[in-house]
Amino acid sequence: MHKATSVSNRKLFHFHGGLHLPDNKSQSTGDPVRKAPIPARLIVPLQQHIGEIAEPLVTVGERVLKGQLIARAQGYISAPVHAPTSGTVADIAEHLIPHPSGLTGLCVVIDSDCRDEWIDLPEPLTSYHNSDPAELRERIRQSGIVGLGGAAFPTSVKINPGPETWIKTLIINGAECEPYITCDDMLMREHPQRIISGIEILMHLLKPERVLVGIEDNKPEAIGAMREAAASSGLTGLEVVPIPTLYPSGGEKQLIRVLTGKEVPSGAIPAKIGIVCHNVGTAAAIADAVLEGKPLISRLVTVTGEGVKTPANFEVLIGTPARNLIELAGDYTSKISKLILGGPMMGFTLNDDAAPITKAANCLLAASGHEAPDPGPATPCIRCGQCAAVCPVNLLPQQMYWYARAKDLEKTQEYHLFDCIECGCCSHVCPAHIPLVQYYRYAKTESWAQEQEKQKAEQARKRHEVRVARLERLEAERQAKLRMKKEALAKKPAAKKSNDADGADPKKAAIEAAMKRAAEKKAKLTEQGVAPQNTENLTPAQQAKIDQAETRRKASHSATTVTDTTESQDG
Amino acid sequence: MIIAILAIATLALAFGLLLGFSSIRFHVEGDPIVDKIDALLPQTQCGQCGHPGCRPYAESIANGEDSINKCPPGGEATMIALADLLGVDPVPMDGEAAVEKPKAVAVIDEQECIGCTLCIQACPVDAILGAAKQMHTVIGNECTGCELCLPPCPVECIHMEPLKVDTSNWKWPFPNNASPELVNAGDARHA
Repeated sequence: MHKATSVSNRKLFHFHGGLHLPDNKSQSTGDPVRKAPIPARLIVPLQQHIGEIAEPLVTVGERVLKGQLIARAQGYISAPVHAPTSGTVADIAEHLIPHPSGLTGLCVVIDSDCRDEWIDLPEPLTSYHNSDPAELRERIRQSGIVGLGGAAFPTSVKINPGPETWIKTLIINGAECEPYITCDDMLMREHPQRIISGIEILMHLLKPERVLVGIEDNKPEAIGAMREAAASSGLTGLEVVPIPTLYPSGGEKQLIRVLTGKEVPSGAIPAKIGIVCHNVGTAAAIADAVLEGKPLISRLVTVTGEGVKTPANFEVLIGTPARNLIELAGDYTSKISKLILGGPMMGFTLNDDAAPITKAANCLLAASGHEAPDPGPATPCIRCGQCAAVCPVNLLPQQMYWYARAKDLEKTQEYHLFDCIECGCCSHVCPAHIPLVQYYRYAKTESWAQEQEKQKAEQARKRHEVRVARLERLEAERQAKLRMKKEALAKKPAAKKSNDADGADPKKAAIEAAMKRAAEKKAKLTEQGVAPQNTENLTPAQQAKIDQAETRRKASHSATTVTDTTESQDG
Repeated sequence: MIIAILAIATLALAFGLLLGFSSIRFHVEGDPIVDKIDALLPQTQCGQCGHPGCRPYAESIANGEDSINKCPPGGEATMIALADLLGVDPVPMDGEAAVEKPKAVAVIDEQECIGCTLCIQACPVDAILGAAKQMHTVIGNECTGCELCLPPCPVECIHMEPLKVDTSNWKWPFPNNASPELVNAGDARHA
C-alpha cells in the first residue's frame, strides 16, 4: 500500500558498507506524540551545543518567564539558552548532565510555577521574504537553535556559509536510520507543514538550486505526509526522496552520498562542495523561531525499549529530568538492563536518570539485556576483515585498532581516524567482540588532548624565551648603568686634579676677586676723601637721630669711624 | 702512471672543492636536533631534570651528556617520543620521574600573600601577576605546574591544585577489557 509513495525517479547512490539492522521503530509509533507535563523542577544545562558554554544572565531567586533568555551565547560558535517555562531560578550550579563521562556541568535550575507564562516574544517575521537574510540569521541565532539531529552544532553558523560559498543543494535529513528512534518520523507525520515552512526559510537564506528531503523507506507515513505538504506548499525545486533503509544513511556525509553521489572531502564540511544538511527537527525549530518568535525550549523525545511499559514519543521541555519521561512511559519494567541516551548504536549509557533532556537528546532507550547485550569479553582479533567491509567511511578499522591499542596516535591519524563517524558498525559485526569504537574514541580524545598540550607547551616555551630575553635585557641595562656610574666617578677626581694644577677652585677665586675689587674701590674713595653718598640731603629729624646714635656710640666705643656708622645704619 | 696520479689528484681536488663549497653554501645555523628534542619536551621549565630549563636539557641530550628519562612532567610518553626521535632504546623513568603526577596548577592563597614578589621572580613563564606589597595571583592558563614558586614563598601560601576534569577536557578511557592478546601473553610469561 505504501509502494506508490516510495517510488522516485531520482537516481540514488550507495555508500560503502552499512548494516541492515532490525529497526524496532514500531514500538514507539503507535500513539500520537504526547505533550509531557511541566516538571516541578527543570535542570537546564548551559552547554547543550558544540562550542563555548553560554553565560548565565539570571540570578538565584529571580523569577523567569517562559522563553526568557537565561544565558547568552559566548562567541560565534555558541548558542543562547532560554527558560523552558515560567518559575523561579532555584540554583545556578554544577549538576549531573547527560554526557558519556557522567560528569557535571553548569546548569540553571528552575522551579516551575506551573503557570507557564510566556515572556513578550519578538515580532514574528512572517514577511521574511522581504527582510534581510542577516536579520533572519540573527533571529535564528537568538532563538538558541542548534542541530537537533544529535550533534547540536549551532544552526546560525551553518546557515552562514560565507559570500564565496554557494550552496547548490540543501539536504533535509529525515533518514533517522538508527533503530528504535522515531522522533523525526513522528514530527514528519504530525507536523510536515512546520518542516516545510522551515525549509522555505532555509531556501530564502541559502538560495539553493534544489532541496532534497531524504527519508528512509521504512517510514512510508512520513514520506506521504511530507510529500503532501511539499506539494501543497508549491515550492519549486523541493523533492522528498525515499532512500533505502540502511544504517547509517542518516549520517550527514552518508546521506549526501546517497542523494547526490558526491563525497565530502576528508576533514572538510559539506559546504565545501556546495551542500548544507539540516535535520527535519531543526527546520521545524527554525519555522517556530521565525514565524512565531518562539525560542528552542522543547523537542520531541522517543522513550522506548523493553525496559519501559508504554514506549511513545513526547514533546518535552528542555531540562526535564529523564526520570519524568520514564514515568510518563509507564515506568521501568523488570526487563530494564540499562538506560541509553540516543540509539543502541551511537548512544551512551546514562548511569543516573536524574540527568535532564537537552537540545541534543533524541531518544531514551530503556534497553533490556536482550536489546543491549553485553558483548562479553573481547577475544583476539582474527583479522576477518568484516569491520572494513561494513565501514560506511571506507576506513580500515582493524589497522586503526592495532595502532590505537599500541597508543600510536600518529599512525591512527594516518589511517584517517578523524573521518570515523563512530557509527558502531565495526564493533557490531566484530566476531571477537572487540570494542573498536571505544578505541577510536579513546584515540580521538587523546589526540586532541595531546594537540592541546603541544600548543600549551609551545606557548610556555615562547613565554619562557621572552622572559629570558627580558631578564637579559634588564641585566644588560643594569650593567650599563653601573658602568656609566663608574665612569662618572673616575672622571671627577681627574677634573679636581686639573683645577689644582691651575691654582685654586674657580668659585673661591671668584669670591677672592670680588673682595679684592671691593677693597680697592674703598681705598680709592678714602683716598679721594669722598664720604658715602647716602648721607646727603637728610631731613633734620634723620640728622638728629644720627647724631643721637653717634653720641651713644662715642659713649661706649671711641674708635669707630663715621663711614662705618652710616654703613651700619644703612644695613 | 702519472696520468693515473693526475687523474686521481684532479678528482680529489674537484670533490674537495665541491665539499668545501657545499659546506659553506648549505651551512645550517644551530643544531636542528636540539630544536627537535626541545619541541618534544613539555616546556614547563621546571628544572627537575637538573638543567635550568627545557632547552638546556635538550642540548644536554643532544650532546649525549644526559639520558632521556629525566623529565617528570613529560613522563613516559615524552621518554618514548625521545627514544623514537633519537633511535635509542626506551629506558625506565629515572628517580622521581618514575611516579607520574596528575597535572596541576599553582594557586596563591590571596588572604595570606604578603606581596613579597619572590614567586614572581621564580616563575619561568611569567604566569604570576602582582607587585611589591600587592596581592599576587597565578594566571591559571599560563601556569605549567612546575612548582618552582613553592619553595621561595616565605609564608607558604602557594599550593598546587590538580586540574579539574570537566566535559571539555574529559577523555574517553582506554578500553579496559581490551587487550586480550597482551593479557594472554602475560599469562604465558608468568606460567
